[in-house]
Amino acid sequence: MNKFDYLTPTSISEAISLHESYGNQAKYIAGGTDVMVKIKEGKISPQYVISLRHLHGLDHILYEKGELTIGAMVTHRMLELSPTIKKEFPILIDAVENIGSVQIRNVATIGGNIVNAVPSADSAVPLITLGAEVRVIGPKGKRTMPLEDFFIGPGKTLLKAGEILLEFVIPSLPLHTGAAYWKHTRRTAMELPILGVAVLISLDDDMQTCTEARIGLGVVAPTPMRAKNAEAILKGKKVNDEILKKAGKAAAQECKARDSIRGKAWYRRDMVELFVQRMAMVAMKRAR
Amino acid sequence: MKKVSVSFTLNGDLVTAEVPPNWTLLKTLREYFELTGSKEGCGVGECGACTVMIDGDAINSCIYPICEVEGKSVTTIEGVASGDGTLHPLQKAFLENNGVQCGFCTSGMIMSAKSLLDHNPDPTEEEIRASIAGNLCRCTGYVQIVESIEKAAQMIKQKK
Repeated sequence: MNKFDYLTPTSISEAISLHESYGNQAKYIAGGTDVMVKIKEGKISPQYVISLRHLHGLDHILYEKGELTIGAMVTHRMLELSPTIKKEFPILIDAVENIGSVQIRNVATIGGNIVNAVPSADSAVPLITLGAEVRVIGPKGKRTMPLEDFFIGPGKTLLKAGEILLEFVIPSLPLHTGAAYWKHTRRTAMELPILGVAVLISLDDDMQTCTEARIGLGVVAPTPMRAKNAEAILKGKKVNDEILKKAGKAAAQECKARDSIRGKAWYRRDMVELFVQRMAMVAMKRAR
Repeated sequence: MKKVSVSFTLNGDLVTAEVPPNWTLLKTLREYFELTGSKEGCGVGECGACTVMIDGDAINSCIYPICEVEGKSVTTIEGVASGDGTLHPLQKAFLENNGVQCGFCTSGMIMSAKSLLDHNPDPTEEEIRASIAGNLCRCTGYVQIVESIEKAAQMIKQKK
């Protein structure tokens, strides 16, 4: 393993100024379940590893007036065990409870999962479906942007040198909204998804007409994506089997699935079609 | 490289390690403290052979930076039995129910199971399986391992 100094700043400004002094020899580390592996495998070799674990106020889960704020240093286990998340955002439980193992979830952070920006990041798909925004801070101050735009390619985000992800903000959702995520894998633990499908549906007071639909897909494109053609099919319609099938087909068409070691493109498209329908059913059940 | 000094509680004792800053907790346990019960399997957080508890939670020590252990409480397999050598119910149950085959995964299995039972003394079989999902046994003796953990839970309950 390459040699490095391990720095433990206790304030955000200190962390940023350390990063500025060491430039591209520096690497931020949160839980470290990805960064340490990359260092051990020789994929990166920073000389200064800057820990974000000692910064205050980045591990909150706040639910106020319908708006949810999740600090970047919140671990997957904290989300999994949070009564608020369980009650109000079960879609996030769908995503985090099968990430890695208990050992990984105890340490790995939601911010780290997003910053790594692998196409298979399980937390990304539900978060973009919930309409999450990310707040970041860097040498030039704070910025906020939609999480959906944050990803620009495999392993690539809009985060600039020295910037730190602070928190995710999920704006309040309409009444009668439900959402669900499906991680499609061969086994339930220690697996990257073959694909991931999230569906959010808001219903009118008649509990049948869809007033808002969001569909998030993972692994089937270079970045987590929204299936907007499929969403448009559902919006304003009374939801039934036929219309769900149409939406499923549209999502399968607009995704950019490829052949990979974990699954063939045709299989992924078939599964997108299927799970968009199934997750819409779960989402509607939760909305009611 | 200049060494760092890291102080923490290790199996109940206050200790200080003087090690290079790029060392992991596992390397420090095995090579500095010579506690070789925790194993290195994959070295990248997949197999769970290196599982120890930090402040009661199971973690993979092979990817845990030693510098993050400062001030924390670490429990390894060596700290599971009582001071007088009396085995913990989990250790007894693993022995009595053939929960050990080659033994390489055992210390990690026991640490994951201990973290589970400390938080949830009456787990379902599903909860037990979920708690050891990150502990691979290549002898594939999972049935006996799950039974051992169930037995240990019963033994702990009866003692109370």
